Amino acid sequence: MNGAVFAAVYLRDLRLAWRRRVEAALPVAFFIVAASLFPLGVGPEPQMLRQIAPGVVWVCALLAAMLSMPPLFASDLADGSLEQLLLAPDAALAVAAAKDAAHWTISGAPLVVAAPLLGLLLGLPSEELPVLFVSLILGTPVLSLLGGVGAALTLGLRSAGMLIVLIVLPLAIPALIFGTGAVAAVDAGQSPSGHLSLLGALLIACGLGAPVATGAALRIALE
Amino acid sequence: MRDHKPPFTKVPDNHAVTDRPSPSRLTWLTFSAPARFYDLAGTLAPACGLAAALLALAGLWIGFFVAPTDATQGQVYRIIFIHVPVAWMSMLLYVAMAFWAAIGWFLNARMASILARAIAPTGALFTLLALWTGSAWGRPTWGTWWVWDARLTSELILLFLYLGYLALVAAIDDTRRADKAGALLAIVGVVNVPVIYFSVIWWNTLHQSATITFGSAPKMASTMLWAMLLMTLACWAYAFAVIFVRARAIVLEREGANAWARARLAGRHARM
Repeated sequence: MNGAVFAAVYLRDLRLAWRRRVEAALPVAFFIVAASLFPLGVGPEPQMLRQIAPGVVWVCALLAAMLSMPPLFASDLADGSLEQLLLAPDAALAVAAAKDAAHWTISGAPLVVAAPLLGLLLGLPSEELPVLFVSLILGTPVLSLLGGVGAALTLGLRSAGMLIVLIVLPLAIPALIFGTGAVAAVDAGQSPSGHLSLLGALLIACGLGAPVATGAALRIALE
Repeated sequence: MRDHKPPFTKVPDNHAVTDRPSPSRLTWLTFSAPARFYDLAGTLAPACGLAAALLALAGLWIGFFVAPTDATQGQVYRIIFIHVPVAWMSMLLYVAMAFWAAIGWFLNARMASILARAIAPTGALFTLLALWTGSAWGRPTWGTWWVWDARLTSELILLFLYLGYLALVAAIDDTRRADKAGALLAIVGVVNVPVIYFSVIWWNTLHQSATITFGSAPKMASTMLWAMLLMTLACWAYAFAVIFVRARAIVLEREGANAWARARLAGRHARM
């Protein structure tokens, strides 16, 4: 992989996000607003909220990650810089990996930070909050990596946003299951390590495979 | 679309094929030429359709009238003769679709990409039928239309994967890009299917008490096996027939401006 390209693209994306701070904060705002709707829709019973809290937080994180995906490559495609980036030797993989990493830093990490707060709002007991936090630390990069594949496949299409959700959500089901499973295991008095290990394995597998697929998808989209 | 043809298929065999419809020597690439495949599929599709109808008639007759009534489930179990073959086909066709899509992508074989596109709707249909018949079976036996059981859930996810593929290829206007992007998605899906399957199983066994399983089913009478076998063959024949017809339509859509296709169409209009 081309390290110079990776660093350049990653830092450039961070700089661009810093210059449009409100835009970069939208996913986490969506995350909090969407999760706050559940007590209003389901009802304020603490017992019920505590039970559905891990699932609510995880599903909202999933949706927030997917909805923040379409602009990942779109503006670079629009001004032609994506094509120029891919001219560098072995650049597709580096560009894909850098974009995924930047997406996680900009959109994924704030979700992880905000998640314990939402857990408290939904009445999650304090011993389950760290597990939720760790499961999201391992899980949100998986979402960014998978979402990158979707974003590259739907590059430049009219209905890219909905398509990404439709394409990527089925693939993200294991992350959702293991992530919520870890919290539920603590709730049931078991160790969450099994679920977290599987989530970690998923992260490694996605980290190895997804940038390759994203790079190939970028080449397909731009040929 | 025609100026986008990959170099592999740029050989001007279209006219040659018009002159010599039957190649002198059969190789594994013979029917990768859309013109030859078009003719072959045109010959095979009615035969497959007829076979599907006859096999289904025989299978349903044995299944509904000859096979004995199940000791525990009564008459309701007979939906198994549709449900199980259809569920098998739904999974098999996804793998077949990914296989042909991958061949089409890596070898730049037009016909393989067309086949993958032709398989997808049939696969989605079989998945939907499997869910539907399963639901209709579950209502009288389990007392509910739907259970979040591992098998049901993974079949539902398979339907989502089919829908994602169909939506993606439909959204991309450029045919070559649509084929390749669809191929990549299908391959990613195939890699993911075991992961999804096992995650769903673990999720289920870890967090829900066991629902009704199929493991305790009684041993099948041989007539039941016969009905199942016939229905499976009928599903295969139906899938081949429909996929051939759909592939022919896609071939015409993409190659309709070529000389051989015009010749075929003109011939058909002349006969009609």
